[in-house]
Amino acid sequence: MSRASTKLDSKKVNSELFTLTYGALVAQLLKDYENVEDVNKQLERMGYNMGIRLIEDFLARTGSGRCYDFRDTAEKIQTGFKIFLGITPTITNWSAAGDEFSLCFEANPLTEFVELPDHCLNLKYCNILIGILRGACEMVQMEIACWFVQDQLKNDSTNELRVKFIKRLEDAIPAGED
Amino acid sequence: MTIHNLYIFSKNGTLLYYAEWNRLNKSGITKEEEAKLMYGMLFSIKSFVNKISPLDPKEGFLYYKTSKYTLHYFETPSGLKFVLNTDNASQNARELLQQLYRDVYLEYVVKNPLCQLNEPIQSELFKLKVDELFKKSPLFLSRAI
Repeated sequence: MSRASTKLDSKKVNSELFTLTYGALVAQLLKDYENVEDVNKQLERMGYNMGIRLIEDFLARTGSGRCYDFRDTAEKIQTGFKIFLGITPTITNWSAAGDEFSLCFEANPLTEFVELPDHCLNLKYCNILIGILRGACEMVQMEIACWFVQDQLKNDSTNELRVKFIKRLEDAIPAGED
Repeated sequence: MTIHNLYIFSKNGTLLYYAEWNRLNKSGITKEEEAKLMYGMLFSIKSFVNKISPLDPKEGFLYYKTSKYTLHYFETPSGLKFVLNTDNASQNARELLQQLYRDVYLEYVVKNPLCQLNEPIQSELFKLKVDELFKKSPLFLSRAI
């Protein structure tokens, strides 16, 4: 796709800047809430708010239409990771019913230079991703749940993000004339 | 070729934005009522088209034409609806609407954290950019109708 001005082209920034900014955010939240569970919740909420806007960016950039099935969704989420984080996760471990899959990735730009201290072992450092996925899917009429099953920060060999389809949300009908 | 007017509706039918350029005939009702009427009609057409289509309706409703004007309809998977009225000679209005979504709505509404996504758009910058985009489009050549 050609664009008239280069000004609107997606701005490429060094991922280290992003990593460190995110680190600063998590550190600040830990200071503010002093409770790891609250930080997890807050990260998820912030992610959700990002997701509902990020989906528009994704749709406008890729020009993609509605998904035909959940496999199609999985591939689009993979594309999303490529666009916004520069990594391509592999899609694996489909459930028999085809309503659950895993995204596995080795390199995670969010967790570079990060080690969890002992008192934060319950911290879901990347919870923002979960919020983003949930918010983005909700805007395209899909309710999903997702969670990390494997996390390199918790000494697993890889990162595994599990995504589960819950239900289709129905279109709103216009308000009646009262 | 002429562009008459533009409506942008949110997922749940709120009129986010309305602009008009060459509109000779006024509806005689308030803008709010007109928007409701318009949204109701679009909603009906959409479900009509999807139900009545003898083949799998991939894209659904795209446009309709009367003897005087054409209404172009573009809906994103996230439920945003862009509606543009032009005269019958205008081509590629769909591309223009996609451009509006990608280069104006995305840049000046979605990326502006002060713009709430489900409320009418107040941003002056957005208004300016919409006007700019439409006035430089080849469809805009306004001439006496």
